[in-house]
Amino acid sequence: MQPFVKHTGLVAALDRVNVDTDQIIPKQFLKRVERTGFGEFLFFDWRYLPDGKPSPQFELNDPAYKGATILVAGRNFGCGSSREHAPWALNQYGFLAIICSSYADIFRNNCYQNGMVPVILPEETVAQIMANAKKKNGYRITVDLGKKQVYDNQSLKASFDIEEFRRHCLMNGLDDIGLTLKNEDKISIYEKKRWPELSGKK
Amino acid sequence: MPKTMFEKIWESHLVSEEPGKPALLYIDLHLVHEVTSPQAFDSLRMSKRAVRRPDLTVATVDHNVPTTDRSKPIADQISKKQIELLGKNAKDFGLTYYDIHSPNQGIVHIIGPEQGWTQPGKTIVCGDSHTSTHGAFGALAFGIGTSEVEHVLATQCLIQTKPKTMEVRAKGALPKGVTAKDLILNIIGQLGVDGGTGYVIEYTGEAIRSLSMEGRMTVCNMSIECGARAGMVAPDEKAFVYLKGRPHSPQGAGFDKAVEQWKKLPTDPGAKYDRVVEIDCASMTPFVTWGTNPGMVVKVTDKVPSVESFKTDADRRAAQRALEYMGLKAGTPIQDIPIDYVFIGSCTNSRMEDLRAAAAIVKGKKKSPKVQAIVVPGSAIVKKQAEAEGLHKIFTDAGFEWREAGCSMCLAMNPDVLKPGQRCASTSNRNFEGRQGAGGRTHLVSPQMAAAAGIAGHFVDVRSWN
Ligand code: SF4
Repeated sequence: MQPFVKHTGLVAALDRVNVDTDQIIPKQFLKRVERTGFGEFLFFDWRYLPDGKPSPQFELNDPAYKGATILVAGRNFGCGSSREHAPWALNQYGFLAIICSSYADIFRNNCYQNGMVPVILPEETVAQIMANAKKKNGYRITVDLGKKQVYDNQSLKASFDIEEFRRHCLMNGLDDIGLTLKNEDKISIYEKKRWPELSGKK
Repeated sequence: MPKTMFEKIWESHLVSEEPGKPALLYIDLHLVHEVTSPQAFDSLRMSKRAVRRPDLTVATVDHNVPTTDRSKPIADQISKKQIELLGKNAKDFGLTYYDIHSPNQGIVHIIGPEQGWTQPGKTIVCGDSHTSTHGAFGALAFGIGTSEVEHVLATQCLIQTKPKTMEVRAKGALPKGVTAKDLILNIIGQLGVDGGTGYVIEYTGEAIRSLSMEGRMTVCNMSIECGARAGMVAPDEKAFVYLKGRPHSPQGAGFDKAVEQWKKLPTDPGAKYDRVVEIDCASMTPFVTWGTNPGMVVKVTDKVPSVESFKTDADRRAAQRALEYMGLKAGTPIQDIPIDYVFIGSCTNSRMEDLRAAAAIVKGKKKSPKVQAIVVPGSAIVKKQAEAEGLHKIFTDAGFEWREAGCSMCLAMNPDVLKPGQRCASTSNRNFEGRQGAGGRTHLVSPQMAAAAGIAGHFVDVRSWN
């Protein structure tokens, strides 16, 4: 996993609440058995018209957001299905961090697993970032995981909370499985207590 | 100190707990399906890891499978590949696997309880958000992503931050014609689609106790629709009777011993939840969703709400978008909305009780000629049982199609798809844009309400059905 320490990038605004994972990556793309190649299908049904042309209505199609690496969205982002294809698609499209006042639990966990930072800020701060990004004049911010801060080169400077463990894993690009396997002895002890008949097998 | 049921299960599954870190939780049952697992098995192979506990891992195909004649080859080549890949993965890693032709195949959340894999006190995960269904038995069951699927396959554990607890107390009895589905739609409407985020909900109260196990599964199933990590109900005699004699339930004297343990699970008197919400059941009616998330829901006797009735600007814009997408005008009585399609199925409402209730509504009647209606049993066993009771005849006589088991039009990954603009009365759990097909419009209802809408051609109040 790519470590995330600090990143400055263009902000794209998706000013909608309760964006569900069915919209982030529609089901027709869940049949793929690979982990890559989802970026081009991100927000597919919003992004493209039935004839396959990009929809001029859809926020992210605005040329001003081309190359955006930070997404700011309305509350409860990523609700619905557990599909990790959603963070894969966002990440592979180019987003490295998301800014929102709240996320659905499974989606947030899935972000951590892929080195993408789901920043939580108060509604007012999100609204301020959203308003700036909607001016579409190349608004950029910095997500600094080391300092647990989000700032721009004007007046914005906001601190955010993130579980220490998650921050540590993100900053060092650690994957959970590797960490858990270090607890192998504890897992074995637990299993033998629960199922004495397993003793000797593992 | 008195403990909640959640705390008891959580604590008995702690493999490691260090201050300032999320817990390492042992997982008793890992359910696997074809859509969210291929990448997990792939990584497992790449890192040369085995499945730690194949005996606690159970796989089936449900999301992609066609619901029409299964003796024919699967036409969709990409679906076919995904389905075959699960078969290969199950074989290579030595998992229990119910394939497309198995007499035990079905939607993963239907077959877990049906086979007795689901049991009180277990921790259960699956790469699927509706894993909350299994909480109906007093298990701690929740959905995970693909990386976590791989994590559980490799370690049989999961790194988890302890959620908060919420009691949802359903007071009073449900009136006639008002079902478990209406109860949970009402709860979601009241809490909002993110009201449960960060919580595990325990449903308590008279209305919950009077529900059958199937009804409790319907309620727990949709916990995720208000954002909750899991939903659960304390196990009682109904749960024990349901589980007795199931193939993977404890057998013989082992069953009685298990019941003794299970009886210790319910929340102790005086235990504290982080939040308590009361729901009044006596005044409840059937519910119908009008918008594009399950919290956009009104009574069947209500009208489509106006944009102005929403409090915040963001919610007004969301309502406006939803009305446009749904092709609805504010102020239209719900019962004046005509429908094109009926879908009776999904892990929310495709068990025997659901099919019996829907069949009772359509018996001796004919569907509206404008409507196409499909009935998709949740499992091959449900299908067989329904046929033994003659339900399939009742449905087909009424013009409803009788299909093979699977997820089907709940998320329309298989060929059962709404056409753009088509409006569906659906017993499933999500009415998101495009969920049942790009441009399709979904209204979530109970099986009775869906069946009645199929006959009438529009929504009707099933309480006055005869
Ligand atoms: S029936 Fe629908 S909600 Fe349930 S597991 Fe299948 S796709 Fe998911």
